Amino acid sequence: MSPGFQLWPAAASQHAREVDLLIGSFGAMVWLLSLPVFLLMGFFAWRYRRGRAANRRHRPNRNIWLETSWSAIPFTLTMVFYVWATGLFLDLQHPPANAMTIDVVAKQWMWKFQHPEGAREINDLHVPVGTPVKLVMTSQDVIHSLYLPAMRIKQDVLPGRYTSEWFTADRTGVFPLRCAEFCGADHAVMGGRLVVMSPARFAEWLAANDGGALSPAERGAKLYRESGCAACHDRAANGLAPSLEGLFGTRVQLADGSVRTADEQYLRDSLILPNSAVTAGYRPIMPSYANTFGPDEIAALVAWMKTSGGSRPQ
Amino acid sequence: MTRASNRPPVVPPEAALPSYLRAGYTLRSWLLTTDHKRIAILYLVSISFFFLIGAIAAALIRLELLTPAGDLLTNDGYNRAFSIHGIIMVWFFLIPSIPNTFGNFLIPLMIGARDLAFPRLNLLSWYIYVVAGLITLYVVLSGGVDTGWTFYTPLSSVYANGAVVAAILAVFISGFSSILTGLNFIVTVHKLRAPGMTWGRLPLFVWSHYATSIIFVLATPVLAITLLLVAAERLFGIGVFDPALGGDPLLFQHLFWFYSHPAVYIMILPALGVISELITSAAHKRIFGYWFVAYASIAIAVIGFFVWGHHMFVSGQSYYASAIFSFLSIAVAVPSAIKVYNWTATLYKGDIELNAPLLYAMGFIGLFVAGGLTGLMLAMLAIDVHVHDTYFVVAHFHYIMVGGTVTAFFGAMHYWWPKITGRLYPEAWARASALVILVGFNVTFFPLFLLGYEGMPRRYHVYPESFQVLQVISSCGALLLAAGYLLPVAYLGWSLFRGAKAPANPWGATGLEWTTSSPPPKHNFIEQPVVERGPYDYPISDPLSRSND
Repeated sequence: MSPGFQLWPAAASQHAREVDLLIGSFGAMVWLLSLPVFLLMGFFAWRYRRGRAANRRHRPNRNIWLETSWSAIPFTLTMVFYVWATGLFLDLQHPPANAMTIDVVAKQWMWKFQHPEGAREINDLHVPVGTPVKLVMTSQDVIHSLYLPAMRIKQDVLPGRYTSEWFTADRTGVFPLRCAEFCGADHAVMGGRLVVMSPARFAEWLAANDGGALSPAERGAKLYRESGCAACHDRAANGLAPSLEGLFGTRVQLADGSVRTADEQYLRDSLILPNSAVTAGYRPIMPSYANTFGPDEIAALVAWMKTSGGSRPQ
Repeated sequence: MTRASNRPPVVPPEAALPSYLRAGYTLRSWLLTTDHKRIAILYLVSISFFFLIGAIAAALIRLELLTPAGDLLTNDGYNRAFSIHGIIMVWFFLIPSIPNTFGNFLIPLMIGARDLAFPRLNLLSWYIYVVAGLITLYVVLSGGVDTGWTFYTPLSSVYANGAVVAAILAVFISGFSSILTGLNFIVTVHKLRAPGMTWGRLPLFVWSHYATSIIFVLATPVLAITLLLVAAERLFGIGVFDPALGGDPLLFQHLFWFYSHPAVYIMILPALGVISELITSAAHKRIFGYWFVAYASIAIAVIGFFVWGHHMFVSGQSYYASAIFSFLSIAVAVPSAIKVYNWTATLYKGDIELNAPLLYAMGFIGLFVAGGLTGLMLAMLAIDVHVHDTYFVVAHFHYIMVGGTVTAFFGAMHYWWPKITGRLYPEAWARASALVILVGFNVTFFPLFLLGYEGMPRRYHVYPESFQVLQVISSCGALLLAAGYLLPVAYLGWSLFRGAKAPANPWGATGLEWTTSSPPPKHNFIEQPVVERGPYDYPISDPLSRSND
């Protein structure tokens, strides 16, 4: 976000540079395909202008081979780029398993970031260089979109569900962080900075900023204990509710016969709309916690179920 | 196709049979007319009015963006300006623009009919449009809406302030006008073609309007349902899209784009038809590959229904769906590319009159190609993830809709001006305005591609200083573009009163509309035309090449 004129945005990840290369090469091909049209159009218009003597014999009215080839050849060339672009896109859908997960809650008009170690920040996001970072995001109101131009990525952030995006910054620096989906009055100022720091500086920053705060998983454990969840879920043997221990990532057989993977979305849905996914063998008796827990608290509970494997808090 | 000559046109003398313009002078004779040509004029006047309002909103946007701070408009003021700009330009100018003016005026003339199949329905569609337009004016005067033209939920259904329901109502009602027009065109093309007017002899303008009408009839009801659901959620709290009420916000996007992507083709297909007429008339030559061009229109209309998901690559939809939508979006570019190559090939060995309509047509092709190819870039998943919802998208669709459709609209206005008004326009001024529009357009919108790739999101009235240079260039271009649009208003207005009288066929063109007088009498033709040749069977006029074709 340095002031002054710039023609090409900073790139701060390998992915960003690959997107630049992709659009550069595709742009070149596009010129290759369109320049002949522009030149020929001008040339024909001048050469065959009315009143100028020119050979107008043997005027073609159709040529099926020519027409088929000028449909098929550009299409085939474009397919090469389709495969390239789709490959890069699919990489974005599969974050590495060792990625550092940061919870993000968007609301009109601010971004709230929650680091796994406990540090929380608003609008600015600090990350270490060279580490894959996965943002797990949800919105408290309307649809937003977390846009990191230097990484060439964005992802819409929706109310009522989780979406994610990930990146690995490969250079330190300060880069823009913006909202890309129109979200009302202050959409234009809903943003901040992405600060990429060396691992040492990041550790310093983390130590200075978490201030002894509880990590999300610790807060989740506390909520679990204090909100009465344990009354049923800790006594799985009574048959009231399934145990949450080791639940995350497993395949859950539901009462309606379907099977779902216990991912973030499933855990969240079970808190908000418990009757939408009742585990097989249990009665639908869990109340909805939609009015009890906000997105931050749900994120904390989910973090606890993920990181501690649902082991019972002491 | 054989080259049998048409019988000489029977041109009615003005005194014997008054033109449609002189068939009545009272206001009533205009407001209660069922003549497709008069209804076309009613539409022309009303869409021009809405174009002016949309353009004023655009001017406010471009003025605000001169500086990085939000100094001219407040955040709400800016959001309302671009929402009104979008709603009016899309539904009250672009969608009715070419079909309801030139389509209305020309389709019966081109196929040798006395009128459209349902003349009273045609008048009704204009009144529906006017009612919808008046509600839109109410929305503007009552403070506007701040949802953008896309009405994304749950922003529109729960959180937005302003006259959202009234705006939805206006768009909902205007849809019925579109449906009636589409229905009318389809029936007319099927049932009212003159003897000898086979499908293979239909002008390509008619083919493209036929394709457009299919979209009008099939897609518009989906928009109507979607908007009613938004209104139901907003007014009665019925949970459809808001997750807090058990709804799904992405459902709205699927429904909305299922209409709104085909609607893009509603806006561009008629323009493609115009260009086919302008190119063949200027080149005095048969179109290269008639059937490829004709079926390309139908292919665009059909494939266009299966690409809506490319608006949702970063929305959270399944990535398998995204990969498929990306492929289909590349496929829909093929028929458009065919048209461009075929137009270029049509100029080869033509007998080309470098008139203003041709300049507009060539300007159109350049801008349409730029808009189409950047659309191809947006169809590439990894590129879209970066430039989605940035100025890159804004630039892309303005190249198609303004560079494409509006340029074609002006081209059509010049080409058929003699037929519609009975007057000739000043050619030198017209060529100058075509050039000013081409330059002004590019200065306005090309910088936006760069802004988008640099990462400036759409719908920002406050922005970092590094974007200012390009924004200022764009705003200056807009001034030039406005001048380019005002020039024709001035000289065409002048020619209405002072222009030379137009003969029946000033271009020496082959279309049936040129066989009747300029302007045509009320029922178009003195006697029923009989068609004996293809739409673009131009005789060879150059002695050097007369010997064979």
